[in-house]
Amino acid sequence: MMSSSNQKRAEYRTLFKQNVKGRLVVDKIVMGVVFGCVVVALVPLGSILLEVFKNGISALSIEFLTQTPGAIGSGEGGIGPAIQGSLIIIGMSSLIGVPIGIMSGIFLAEFGDNRLGRTIRFFNDVFMEFPSIILGIFAFLTIVLILGHFTLWAGAFALSLIMFPIVARTTEESLKLVPLTYREAGLALGLKKWVVTFRIVISAAKSGMLTGILLAVARIGGETAPLIMTVLGSSQFFSGFDAPMDALPLRIWRLSLLPYDSAQMQGWGAAVVLIVMILAINIGVRYYFSTKGKRSGLVSKIIGGKRK
Amino acid sequence: MTTVFDTKQDNMNTGLEKTLPDEKNYKMIAENVSVYYDGIQSIKNVTMKFRERSVTSLIGPSGCGKTTFLRCLNRMHDMTKNARVEGRILLDGQDLYSKDVDPIYHRRKVGMVFQKPNPFPTMSIYDNVAAGLRLNGLRDKKILDEIVEDSLRMAYIWDEVKGNLKKPAMELSGGQQQRVCIARALAIQPEVLLMDEPASALDPIATQKIEETITELAKEFTIIIVTHNMQQAVRVSDYTGFMYLGDLIEFDETRNLFTQPKNELTAKYVKGQFG
Repeated sequence: MMSSSNQKRAEYRTLFKQNVKGRLVVDKIVMGVVFGCVVVALVPLGSILLEVFKNGISALSIEFLTQTPGAIGSGEGGIGPAIQGSLIIIGMSSLIGVPIGIMSGIFLAEFGDNRLGRTIRFFNDVFMEFPSIILGIFAFLTIVLILGHFTLWAGAFALSLIMFPIVARTTEESLKLVPLTYREAGLALGLKKWVVTFRIVISAAKSGMLTGILLAVARIGGETAPLIMTVLGSSQFFSGFDAPMDALPLRIWRLSLLPYDSAQMQGWGAAVVLIVMILAINIGVRYYFSTKGKRSGLVSKIIGGKRK
Repeated sequence: MTTVFDTKQDNMNTGLEKTLPDEKNYKMIAENVSVYYDGIQSIKNVTMKFRERSVTSLIGPSGCGKTTFLRCLNRMHDMTKNARVEGRILLDGQDLYSKDVDPIYHRRKVGMVFQKPNPFPTMSIYDNVAAGLRLNGLRDKKILDEIVEDSLRMAYIWDEVKGNLKKPAMELSGGQQQRVCIARALAIQPEVLLMDEPASALDPIATQKIEETITELAKEFTIIIVTHNMQQAVRVSDYTGFMYLGDLIEFDETRNLFTQPKNELTAKYVKGQFG
């Protein structure tokens, strides 16, 4: 019996050890395809960045960043109000959208394993794919029409609607990645479930949640359509939350429609500013949260001081 | 099996001093406990009594329900949606599963150490041990320091970590992490300690340290430990229960169970004939 099974094993070995060369070739081909796909994906990205910076960099100056727009076609003035408006709108939308998104995500991850949770998750996913202009129209109908004028609030509302499904979904996924054993350890210490969720699970999932929030910020930073319906655009600096406001994507859109070379160049410049701004928010937030853990840096000493 | 016993003569002597417990000395009593997963019964009418300040081991082959039973003792199955527990579990005479009992208060009396070391990943050693206290509202720094040191000492890890309590707990070795987890469980001042194969992921030296810890802790706590390792059961426990396919086959003083098992299955298992 022994010898026959040995024989069988020897036979099995011959079955899969053959054709090593062929497999090496396949291995190389697959590697090549993977690498090729990465290049194909990166080429447009690289060329867009290159094109934007090549065209836009010459428009940048202190005046361009700080002044209000000049006369149409004059090539004078700047995009100060647009920068200010974008920052305000991103801030306001985040203040509305991030807490709602995080809370929804926590609900879906920790309490969403039932029919209600599945239903909410489904609608959340649908919501995430909604064309942003529809959300803009919604904000237009519910806020702008009722108030009778364009307002920052409407813009922030529309953008927060784009934001919160993204934040909810990424929060849910990050929380689900935290192993059950930490939750059990927390419960075994006699902690209430919400304490376990907020103090233990979230701190373990922080980095993933942060990525989701930053993705959402980047997404709304570039949204144009909902803003046309809500904040309209303006060539003045901030004059109250209840007034129209400019924003970078709006300014880029308007400048690009103008038939003057100087305006086009300013449009490219505004695009550079938008890209750099989103990048700066990303790096800044990540840096803040990575140093907070180590308790170094002035800001974290002030804000994170209570934790010893 | 006798050789195993000879090595731990000391333990046996202390075991001998303890007469069979009378009812009043029981810290925890499990009565007719059954557990169902998706309607399939995986623990069958188990009744066990745990004496105050003693170590009870649960042994048995993989999948026999040791861990499932252990997790009933602090209502960990509440977390599992498709699990259902029947029967009564009395802690100091109070039923853990009665409707008016909040599991949270029981869990503060019943600490748990898990199979794999699971220190909270973003916290330092100090924060891990203090977690149960802080998150339950204790803020006094001096008392926290005191309890953290005391707990780490009880878990026999103080000397190894006292210099760098601020270090992330995840950077410790597996055995050290497990002892930090024991300290974390002890910090909330439980009366009962449940341990689910606390040494199964550890090397012999770390295992020995954990076992020494258990022996020391038994002077103050009621300890219930699940183990795969029969020698370990012999070394650390006063009482041993042998489980098989969801049944409690035999439950006796450790010495009796290993030397004069009454059941044939137990005899076969402790002789290593199956498992």
